[in-house]
Amino acid sequence: MYMERVLQTFIAESRDLLADTESALLRLEKDPGDHESIAAVFRAVHTIKGSGGLVDFNDVVAFAHVVETLLDHARSGRLAVNAGLVALLLECADHLGRLIERHVDPGGADDALLESNGKRLLVELARHTPGASQTPIVAPDPEPAGPRLAGWHISVRFGADVFRRGLEPASFVRHLATLGEIRQLVTTFEGMPAAADMNPESCHLRLEIDFHGDIGRAGIEEVFDFLCGDCRLAVLPHHAQFEDYGRLLAEAGAGRDALARTLVAGGALGAEELARLLPPPVAAEEPRRAGPPPAADKRAAYVRVEASRLEELIDQVGEMVIATASATLRARRQNDGALNEAMSLLQRMVEQVRDSALNLRMVQIGETFRRFPRVVHDVGRELGKDISLQISGEEAELDKTVVEKVADPLMHLVRNAMDHGIEPAAERTAAGKPAAGTLRLDAYHESGSIVIEVTDDGAGLRRDKILRKAVERGLVEAGRTLGDAEVLELIFQAGFSTADKVSNLSGRGVGLDVVRRNIEALRGTIEVDSRPGQGTTFRIRLPLTLAIIDGFLVAVGNSSFVMPLDMVVECLELPEQTGGLRYLERRGEVLPLIDLREALAVQDGTPSRRRNVVVVHAGSIRAGLVVDRLLGEFQTVIKPLGQVFRYLRGISGSTILGSGEVALILDAPALVQQAVRREARHTNESESL
Amino acid sequence: MGIPEPASGAAQPAEHGQYLKFQLGEETFAVGILNVKEIIEYGNLTPVPMMPECIRGVINLRGAVVPVIDLACRFGRRGAAITRRTCIVIIEMEHGEAGRQDIGVVVDAVSAVVEIRAGEIEPPPAFGTHLRIDFIRGMGKVDGHFVIILDVAKVLSLEDLALLAQAGAAGTSAVDAAAA
Repeated sequence: MYMERVLQTFIAESRDLLADTESALLRLEKDPGDHESIAAVFRAVHTIKGSGGLVDFNDVVAFAHVVETLLDHARSGRLAVNAGLVALLLECADHLGRLIERHVDPGGADDALLESNGKRLLVELARHTPGASQTPIVAPDPEPAGPRLAGWHISVRFGADVFRRGLEPASFVRHLATLGEIRQLVTTFEGMPAAADMNPESCHLRLEIDFHGDIGRAGIEEVFDFLCGDCRLAVLPHHAQFEDYGRLLAEAGAGRDALARTLVAGGALGAEELARLLPPPVAAEEPRRAGPPPAADKRAAYVRVEASRLEELIDQVGEMVIATASATLRARRQNDGALNEAMSLLQRMVEQVRDSALNLRMVQIGETFRRFPRVVHDVGRELGKDISLQISGEEAELDKTVVEKVADPLMHLVRNAMDHGIEPAAERTAAGKPAAGTLRLDAYHESGSIVIEVTDDGAGLRRDKILRKAVERGLVEAGRTLGDAEVLELIFQAGFSTADKVSNLSGRGVGLDVVRRNIEALRGTIEVDSRPGQGTTFRIRLPLTLAIIDGFLVAVGNSSFVMPLDMVVECLELPEQTGGLRYLERRGEVLPLIDLREALAVQDGTPSRRRNVVVVHAGSIRAGLVVDRLLGEFQTVIKPLGQVFRYLRGISGSTILGSGEVALILDAPALVQQAVRREARHTNESESL
Repeated sequence: MGIPEPASGAAQPAEHGQYLKFQLGEETFAVGILNVKEIIEYGNLTPVPMMPECIRGVINLRGAVVPVIDLACRFGRRGAAITRRTCIVIIEMEHGEAGRQDIGVVVDAVSAVVEIRAGEIEPPPAFGTHLRIDFIRGMGKVDGHFVIILDVAKVLSLEDLALLAQAGAAGTSAVDAAAA
């Protein structure tokens, strides 16, 4: 059980570390002299090696070790960093990742391919490593370690809490065995309590190990790094200072005899020398610890929690929000001032709990962006285009569930921009642009949503080409006139692709329509802006969270609807004299109106005489939604409407009111878009008449 | 839910077992009891805009939002008139990738839980039921009368319902396009 958890931690950590490695390597590619980055890569690989040994992933350890050796040379300046080396290291990082993933899903990997790839990389690595006498430990060394290896005596006393911390002493020994040769290992029992006092959860293990290997004292201590503070470790070279052995023997106490036997048998001490040391001189009690605690472990400040547990908490908080709303409603009817006050206090606190719970799931978009430098690097090579990536706004936060689902659409947009957006260098220079293309990823918060932009400085979308294609595909009738925005909209239609030739990357017909569908499934929108010759921007707008929102409750007839509060700008009364007008003057601006009764085809009840307008903003457009009554703010747990209502536009979900009734959540941007499209269609139709 | 677990075990042939019998207009239908999660009184329904008549709306079933289908309308009959005996039968089903989903169906009245042996189930007739043939799993004989045993997976196919909903939404916008 403990091991399982350690394993999970290791895998999650390694993924993070490999991602770090990748970004550091890409920085190195730009600036080969960047010491910080090379040190970061070294640390990451080193940690993977160390903890890989702990979970007994020997293939990972072996490979990481070779990479680490090379990195050590690079770090100390014995090896110059160049593009070739960075490319190799990137491949190595990938290989490490695949090795680790293979442990996660043993069936999912092509073992033969992995194996041959590993061998090739090892050869490459050896070629780069200065004075590569180090035989990669992957292939078991056929020649016995031999006497050239330095001999060490290692004495380990595991702390009583080792098992409780989920550590497995044997795995350290196994890890040690991968780094050299364990000639002899003796377990001593002097710390063992009597059977009656024995706590099976406590560890009383003491090992005396005779080890041969040239990883040095630091290397040995490193193996036991993970136990830091929880074990007493003594590492002595063979034929070390007499006094040191003396001290070791003195500390051994009752286990002295066993220790002495190991020392003699392993050749660390001659029998005569031993005799001189026994009885031992009284030495200062100064236990050696396994090095300093791992330097400034920033991860220690975090707790890794299973996502499902977090989901459960958020669901429960969601139910609590509903229950509180219901209780508050009932309390209000009691006309009891003190009760109302208590309820509103409770409600405020529940709101805080809700916010904190949701915050637990907030992550920075940077985690998603981080994979793109690599993608741009690789795809750029594949396409033979020199493209640089600029990233900004990495610190913008959004819900983890959203982040996970936005990665694929983003990937698609990035590849699309590189493949179709940015022109080949020759075309660019001819157009008077720098030969290297630029791709920008940007994220920022805007009124309760997060906006993610993918911008290229390519040729822009060709309206005539899009229109021609759309006519060819039967998406538009020939001869129809469309507005600019409408033409651009066409690229999101299913089965639309303007690539002249089908490339490996895009143009397979699974295109922007899929992207749009994915984004819309997240209650988001996507729009495109394009200027001929200057480039194209795809703008994705997403809600920060999918779970809970602050809503504004309105009524149309007998139906209640909820609008996300952050969409609402203000509310006003509908002036009576508007008559049939579909717009309103608001502070000198024209505000178009959407009558929800019409837009949603609500038939029940009669429209109230005094109607109200809720001013909402959807992207760059402001519009007024005409409703019958305003019912005020309301906290809303979003309940998905499910598969049946998958194609429903204008409604993004549902929620349960305090009364137990279901209210639907309005999707203001979709309603506005619908109105825009409808109007465009009408005007077109009347023009063509 | 007040309905006893079927006494017959899973070892029996699939067709054998207990069925919930209900009325839709003049006709009697039955669904396998294992699909029935519960039966609730009709009410507190929230209509969803732009939906065809078949999709009555959604209800709150202890915190979950469940769509409610008018079965008569789904079968091309006239929509059910709401009476004192009108119920919503909550059907629970596995829907492949979509996972478990509850769907409520409006029925005129729930009559009884009956046991129908496999031998008493006839294949559906080629015509005469005024029902899509794939909606029918068989014709069960109860007290000398035939009841139509429904294939709920087909009748309540999420894909079909979603398409129906989409058609409804498209219809509405076409209507108001024509009106304007």
